[in-house]
Order: sequence, then C-alpha cells, then structure tokens
Amino acid sequence: MTAALERLGGYVAAAVPEAVIRHSVVKGELVLDVRREAIESVCRFLRDDPECLFKLFVDLCGVDWPQRTPERFDVVYNLLSLKHNRRIRLKLTASETTPVPSVTGVWSAAGWWERETWDLFGVMFDGNPDLRRILTDYGFEGHPFRKDFPLTGYVEVRYDEEQKRVVYEPVKLKQEFRSFDFLSPWEGMDRVLPGDEKAS
Amino acid sequence: MSDPNVQVIGEAAAASEPPVEKIKNFTMNFGPQHPAAHGVLRLVLEMDGEVVERADPHIGLLHRGTEKLIEYKTYLQAVPYFDRLDYVSPMCQEHTFALAVEKLLGITAPPRAQYIRVLFAEITRILNHILNITTFALDCGALTPFLWGFEEREKLMEFYERVSGARLHSAYFRPGGVHQDLPAGLAEDILGFCDGFPQVIDDLEEILTENRIFKQRTVDIGVVTREQAENWGFTGPVLRAAGVPWDLRKAQPYDAYADMDFDIPVGKNGDCYDRYLVRIEEMKQSLRIMRQAIEKMPTGPVVVDDRKVAPPPRREMKRSMEALIHHFKLYTEGYHVPAGETYTATEAPKGEFGVYLVADGSNRPYRCKIRAPGFAFLQGLDFLSRGHMLADVVAIIGSLDIVFGEIDR
Repeated sequence: MTAALERLGGYVAAAVPEAVIRHSVVKGELVLDVRREAIESVCRFLRDDPECLFKLFVDLCGVDWPQRTPERFDVVYNLLSLKHNRRIRLKLTASETTPVPSVTGVWSAAGWWERETWDLFGVMFDGNPDLRRILTDYGFEGHPFRKDFPLTGYVEVRYDEEQKRVVYEPVKLKQEFRSFDFLSPWEGMDRVLPGDEKAS
Repeated sequence: MSDPNVQVIGEAAAASEPPVEKIKNFTMNFGPQHPAAHGVLRLVLEMDGEVVERADPHIGLLHRGTEKLIEYKTYLQAVPYFDRLDYVSPMCQEHTFALAVEKLLGITAPPRAQYIRVLFAEITRILNHILNITTFALDCGALTPFLWGFEEREKLMEFYERVSGARLHSAYFRPGGVHQDLPAGLAEDILGFCDGFPQVIDDLEEILTENRIFKQRTVDIGVVTREQAENWGFTGPVLRAAGVPWDLRKAQPYDAYADMDFDIPVGKNGDCYDRYLVRIEEMKQSLRIMRQAIEKMPTGPVVVDDRKVAPPPRREMKRSMEALIHHFKLYTEGYHVPAGETYTATEAPKGEFGVYLVADGSNRPYRCKIRAPGFAFLQGLDFLSRGHMLADVVAIIGSLDIVFGEIDR
C-alpha cells in the first residue's frame, strides 16, 4: 500500500512538477505539498487523470501556526478516489493577506468548506462565488479558530428585558478560564529544609 | 401561509398598482424553529409561487466551537465532545476519534475491544436509522412509525446504558479500546433484540414502503445522480442510493469489519424513496453484523495493556503504588501523543465521518478538524430543491438525515 502511494506521489509530482513541492507518505497517508498558485490546476489533474480520479472532495480545513512567518496558515485538502480506493492530502500555506485560488470550479462541494475556513481562520479564497461567513453569528468580528483568539471569545449575548431584544456585551467570567501547563517540568522548592545539609 | 412558523418576508406586488399581471418572487424564511427543519436550520427560500427557485441554508446557529474546545482538552477529555456532535449516533463518532488517536500513538485495540466496537457501532447505526426513517415519515405525514421506532430506540439505548452508564452521551469508545467489558447477560439480550427487531422493520415497511401517500411524497423527489453525488461530496446512504456501492466498512475496513460478512445496499434512482430503502436494508445488514460480532467475539482484554495510555484496573490501584501514579497522571495530564497528523474516516450512519488530527507532541490535540457528512448534504440542498414544491423541501431535508450537532459543530 505504501509503495503504491509512493508511486502515485511520484507520478503526480512528475506530471505537474510546477505545482508539487514535495510528496511524502506518512503513516500510510499520501501528502503532497503544493504551491498555492497552482492548487486549481493540480486539483483538476487529480480529479481527471485516469491514474488518480480523486472525484470526491472530502474535506478542507485550515491549521494555524502563529509563530511561522510570513505564512502562518496551512490549508489542507483531503480527497478520495472511489475508483482506486485511495486518499490523498494536499497542503499549502497562506497568510492573512494572500488569497488562495478557489477550487469550487473543480468540485462544487468545496464552496462551503472554503466559506468555513474563511470564517474561522480568515484565509481568503479567490474565486469563491459566495465567500460569506457560515458558522459564526451574523455580524461577528474576528476569526475564532486562530490560535490568538481566546477560547472564551470577546462578546456574549443575553436577552435584555428592558430593551426587549438580544444585546451583545463584553464577556464577563465569574472565574478565569484555567489552562493548566503540563509541559513545564515540576519546580522543586528553592529553600533548603533544615537537616538537608546532612544528606549531601 | 397558515403555518405560523413560515413567515413571508417580501410580499408580492402592492394592491394599489394598475391591474397589470405582475409576477414577483417571494422570499420565505423557513425555520430556525420549525419541526421539519430537524434542528436549527434557517432556510431562506426564493419562491416562484409554490416552486422553489433558490434555497440558501443559513447554518451555525448551533455552533459551539467543538474543534476549538478540543484544542484545550486532553485526548481523553476530547472523547465526550464527539458524542455531542451527531447526537443520534454518538458511538460511531467516538470510533473515528479513537482510531485517529490510536493511529498517531501507533497502537491497536485488542481483538475483543474491536468486536465490541463493531457491535456497538452497528447498534448505533440502527439507532440513527430508526430516528431518521421515522422522522422522515413524520415529515411526510405518517406519525405511527415514529411511535413504534422510538420504543425500539429505547431498547437500544438501554444497551448503551448497561455498557457505559449513559443512554446517550456514552464516552465508551476510548483510544486504546473501550472503557469496560460487556456486563454479564448483555450479549444474550442483544441477540434477543436481533431476533425481535426484524418484525419491527417489517411493520415499518408495511406501513411505508408501498404506502401511496409516502411514495407520492418521495419517489422522484430530490434526485441525486452519481456525478452530482461525487461533485458535491456526498457519502453514506445518499451516495449509495445514487447507485455507488461505496462503504468504508468494506472498502477500507477498520477494527473487526474485515471479518464480517454483510452486503451493501445500493439504490437505482437516487431519490428520497431510494434513500429510505437503503436505510431500511442497512438496518437488516446491521443486525447480521451484530449477530456475527457476538458469535465471533473472542475473550480477552478490552483495552490495550499499556499503562501509559489506558488506566490500570481498579483492584490493581488499591495495591500498587505505580498503578495509582499512572491513574493520577492519566486523568490529570493525560498521555502525550507524538507529533504527526492523520486523516481517519469511518462509515458513520450518515456517511463518511472523518477526523483530521494534528498532534504536536503535547497532551492536547493541536488541531482537530471534524468532517461531518451532513455538512456536504446541506450544501447540496440548493440544487436538490430547485424546481420542487415547498413541501418537497421538507421531504428532501428528512431524507438527507440532517442533524445540526455535527453540521454546526
């Protein structure tokens, strides 16, 4: 299986060399790193080539790596070929300002997933006919799945009895959100207990 | 417009204008509080008379940010979130997450755990299909199947309760296996259910399959061709009803599905009626799998014997210091998953449910993208309902098996 995927990766890389940066098989899954500008052509190739036939668009999502500059986002495409019973994953990088070419022309299914990635991460998709927010509230500001967006958000809603409508207010927490740090090693006491000097 | 939940936003031409025939489209707001919306779907419909010209689903009213919440939880604490996605098929979603974490950890569940998972994944499939078929029938005007089906659902949820302690949000499939072994007598009771349930399916079929009204409402409504299904990313019963024999349990078997003997039902026309028929047949196949899973179930442990992933048994904790430390560390810090990423998918009752998990070597997922089958179905609602009547939209939504827990996440 791994050898077959390796072969397929090499085949795609050879067929569209200008688009594919790197291909690898990780944990039995084929991953292609592609150039952002070429995503549409490589998708079209993957859909139509008889060796590939990735006709089913499964998933599209963003991953935020805020420390990485200048392009902090990964955009990940998961495709499935029913004919060859194979999966492939495409990855490209983007920043807040660089639009990613839309693949809605290749698979209609991509439309909502691109909207979702725009909504949650703020990655722009050039050519998507309907790039509105999809999961967040009407009039929402910010992109909540970015790592620098707080888990608790900025505003909360409640129904105001006097105004007879739902109002937005800055979020107030009775207790701070607690995030435990399990990664730092335990720090012992810096004070020497009486009697310890005898042990050394 | 007698339905109080359907309000007219844009009214047709005003009455004071000269008596020229003016045709203007209605824009209608369907939901978000409407029993046929199967949750909180707000649908903006552009109508030409009673014919739908365009459907624009507004989703996100149940968005809870599950994926973001999971980033702040340990891998074990993330499991219960999966129950709350598609809340009518909880265990199938835990299954995907458990498999994804196991893949990153490089472990496999012991054989008995795999069989228990298959058994309960199929119980979950029946649970889901009963709900879908009966509420679909309810949308088309048949109340009785709903009442019969829910009695059976209650029996199945009793099995859930006996094995995990909870009727709905079970948190039973854990990375590394399942939480507990089957209690004594449960396997026999499930076999007893398998004997009695075909009669219930027959009753449902008798009232629906050849029912004139039901067929009028569903045959040739919301037709999906094979090309459309592929183009719009449809999976599961909707894809199979379009005539594609694709099932991840057969194509990419996980856990003990490779040892199971079952058939994949496919439809011919891809309309609402075929989707109903496919689900009926899938319930029968699920019963077959459940029987086989119980008959072939080996004995042995139900969770991996690795104290760094699975907690020690209770009795060991009473005597062994290491066991107590392991238990404490697992339930506070959790286990660390080596850096890596995987897309793992299983055949959930609604279609391909996938988890794209990115681990950074810490005790929490760095990113956990959930691929919900319903998201793709709802996206296709626009092309499916175009040219159909308003009442057909309700039938289409019912046949697509839409649950907002997983679509809005």
